Amino acid sequence: MNFIELVKDCAATLTLNKMRTGLAVLGIIIGIGSVIALIALGQGSQKAVEQQIQSLGSNLLTISSRGGSSGPVQGSIGGGTSLTLADAEAIKTNKAITTIADVSPEYSGRRQVTAGRNNTNTQIIGVYPQYAVIHKLSLASGSFITQRDVDSMTKVAVLGPQAAEDLFGANVDPVGQTIRVQGQVLRVIGMSVSKGGGFGGSADDAVYAPFSAAQKQLFGVSHLTSISVETKSSEIMTRAQDEIGYFLLARHKLNDPEDADFVIMSQQDILSTVSQVTGTFTALLGGIAAISLLVGGIGIMNIMLVTVTERTREIGLRKALGAKKKIIIYQFLIEAVILTAAGGLIGMLLGISASYFLSKALSLPFTIAPTSIALAIGVSGAIGIIFGWYPARKASNLQPIEALRYE
Amino acid sequence: MIKVSHLTKIYRIGSVETVALDDVSFTIKPGEFVAIMGPSGSGKSTLMHILGALDLPTSGEYILDGQKVQNLSDDELAEIRNKKIGFVFQSYNLLPRTTALKNVILPMVYADVPKTKREETAIKYLKLVGLSDRMYHTSNQLSGGQQQRVAIARALVMNPAILLADEPTGNIASVQAEEIMKIFKKLNQQGHTIVMITHEPDIAAWAKRTIHLKDGKIV
Repeated sequence: MNFIELVKDCAATLTLNKMRTGLAVLGIIIGIGSVIALIALGQGSQKAVEQQIQSLGSNLLTISSRGGSSGPVQGSIGGGTSLTLADAEAIKTNKAITTIADVSPEYSGRRQVTAGRNNTNTQIIGVYPQYAVIHKLSLASGSFITQRDVDSMTKVAVLGPQAAEDLFGANVDPVGQTIRVQGQVLRVIGMSVSKGGGFGGSADDAVYAPFSAAQKQLFGVSHLTSISVETKSSEIMTRAQDEIGYFLLARHKLNDPEDADFVIMSQQDILSTVSQVTGTFTALLGGIAAISLLVGGIGIMNIMLVTVTERTREIGLRKALGAKKKIIIYQFLIEAVILTAAGGLIGMLLGISASYFLSKALSLPFTIAPTSIALAIGVSGAIGIIFGWYPARKASNLQPIEALRYE
Repeated sequence: MIKVSHLTKIYRIGSVETVALDDVSFTIKPGEFVAIMGPSGSGKSTLMHILGALDLPTSGEYILDGQKVQNLSDDELAEIRNKKIGFVFQSYNLLPRTTALKNVILPMVYADVPKTKREETAIKYLKLVGLSDRMYHTSNQLSGGQQQRVAIARALVMNPAILLADEPTGNIASVQAEEIMKIFKKLNQQGHTIVMITHEPDIAAWAKRTIHLKDGKIV
């Protein structure tokens, strides 16, 4: 009995036992498909977060005021009143600071915004024209806030795409419409391009207004929440951070950096904070993938073992008719390989298309890691082959009559 | 030539020991036609399985054509089962969901009979047992008697020197049983050794010698 004949014979056996073959293949498909899809989703989400942070600008420093005693960074950013427009002006004009390209003072806070019968609670950001440059914000329609708008406190606004949709409905150009905030009527002059949804899509769900109008008329304050600074290159971020830090400490008459009433964060800092979060997230997804790999593997194992009784009789019969041990083991091994290969291929295609459609539906970037495919196929394949082959080997060691009597 | 001496087979299931064969010795010369008779549980089938190299005795010796069967390797035993001995199982043991023709072809696959010859030979033997109209039926589509005749065709297809049949006519109507016996007789006349188990005296009458077993002993 030559090899080709053996393979043909195995294929024939597999097609004869459609139910058994179908269940085994299904087990492998689910095992492989789910692992590929889960890992793809995890990596897609991670990539989405990274892209979003990078889209904020890679040589961007954010100086935020820090509220008194409420401890480090979190919760207190923007809470204080220590940053002023004069600080921003000073940073921009001081000759000692050589590392910066542009400065954008900002004031932001959440307010209820209404347009006709619609209303939404969204982030109102008071900006200078530099904001669009530094934050890499481009416009889908209309124009951005100009220096003249800021100087003359014009009541205009630029909407983020999410805010525009909430207020005016999807696919409607809001330019020329009006919105109401805090009793003030603002005319919409532009709408920004989406920076992508998902995690903290605040650039999309925002209303931009001239800094002066926002600060004085909408919020009635005289301080800033943050100053965005663009450095001349991304290599000198740390130097810029130091320069601005010591300059502001001196300006605020503070000696110890520990007492600083502001925080300077670079994209790198934000990225590392966020990547701690996404790291946990990836570990979670990895755990889920490992569990589905295990479940898939057990599924494959079960169907292989469930057929052992019938197959043990078959092995006894084949031996009784003169099949040598080697031929029997080859037969079962080839069957297992065919099952695994077929299931693996279908599972892989299914997993890839599932992750494609899921990432489309969740608007995540579509990524497939070759390692996830290798892992899924490797583990499920190994389980399929081992549990196809091992019982067969055991049965082929029995006397034919013992195998025929097996129950 | 089949020679068994002091053959004993003990089955152990848990702590319960069952003596299936108890010190059985006999010789069957080439070309003999022997019937083995005895009540159920007398060890007939166990004896048959040992003679067919499908099982090993607990003690005693089985010498087949001068070779001590216990000393043969697994592959050598497979070779003997394939070429030298044709075995008809009491419970037929056909491959499920497989056609009668494929079942009969199977021993030839393991014997590396050229592909072109296999089908021709299988059809010849299926005709011989009167199943030419059922060749493409799968085993579960066949009646008990038909399955038994497929099993007989499969045992004959390698033209073995020794035919061992465990109740070969147990499920076959008497007219067809006689047909089968005529085939056996003809094979015997051609020089094949035939050993069959039966509990019907008129079937046993076809044989030239009868061995009676009771409680694992020859009586």
